[in-house]
Amino acid sequence: MSEVSTATRSVVVEKEFAYPPEKVWRALTESDLIVQWLMENDFRPEVGHVFQLRSTPMPHWNGIIDCKVVTVEPPERLSYTWGSMGMESVVAWTLAPTPGGTLVRMEQSGFREDQEANYKGAMYGWQKFFGGLERVVGEISEGGDV
Amino acid sequence: MQAVADSVFKALADPTRRALFERLTRDGELTVHVLTGFAGVSQPAVSKHLTVLKRARLVSHRQQGRETHYRAEPKALGPLVDWMSFYGVFWRERFSRLEAALERMEP
Repeated sequence: MSEVSTATRSVVVEKEFAYPPEKVWRALTESDLIVQWLMENDFRPEVGHVFQLRSTPMPHWNGIIDCKVVTVEPPERLSYTWGSMGMESVVAWTLAPTPGGTLVRMEQSGFREDQEANYKGAMYGWQKFFGGLERVVGEISEGGDV
Repeated sequence: MQAVADSVFKALADPTRRALFERLTRDGELTVHVLTGFAGVSQPAVSKHLTVLKRARLVSHRQQGRETHYRAEPKALGPLVDWMSFYGVFWRERFSRLEAALERMEP
């Protein structure tokens, strides 16, 4: 149900739930429901709202994720920035109705979209980059010294 | 460690630097001169990009005569690989919790 996609430089998790999109949407956007499956939070489904997700601090991590709401289109699309440990990413949710419920897709992109849109060379997308690096990364994992 | 990861991400956020790094992983050691011919930007610009990659430890260099030779250090990609596998596991686990939360919700 999930993949660490080398082709699209992002983490994608997709799963079908036996509940209608409206119900899944509530679980994704109501603060007291979010706490049940994600983290303590002060989320509000308003574009531009700045919020934090708070988890138990661990060594080398203060347990805080700084976020900002980017997209709110009930009950289909929700996205927010996800800043943690000096790295900024975007978490985007897409809900699609199915005969049996809802197909939920979460894509976390490790790099900001604006950086990607800006690129001048236009010949080197992440896709190509990671395509070429698959081999290298494979070698690293096998080497086991990362 | 966080600072290292951050510099790797920033270094690779730029398409020209990604192209330079990818080229070095593929072709081994190359001179600034050769890289400039490939990158389509000026030599000072290429040198600047290489400095950023060097700070992130994604490339190393050696001087030979008047030429500087650069090579890729793919091990520096570690933080990127770690990041992706960490979140892969993280979200799978959160999806299970989400399902449980949905089950508990009033219809």
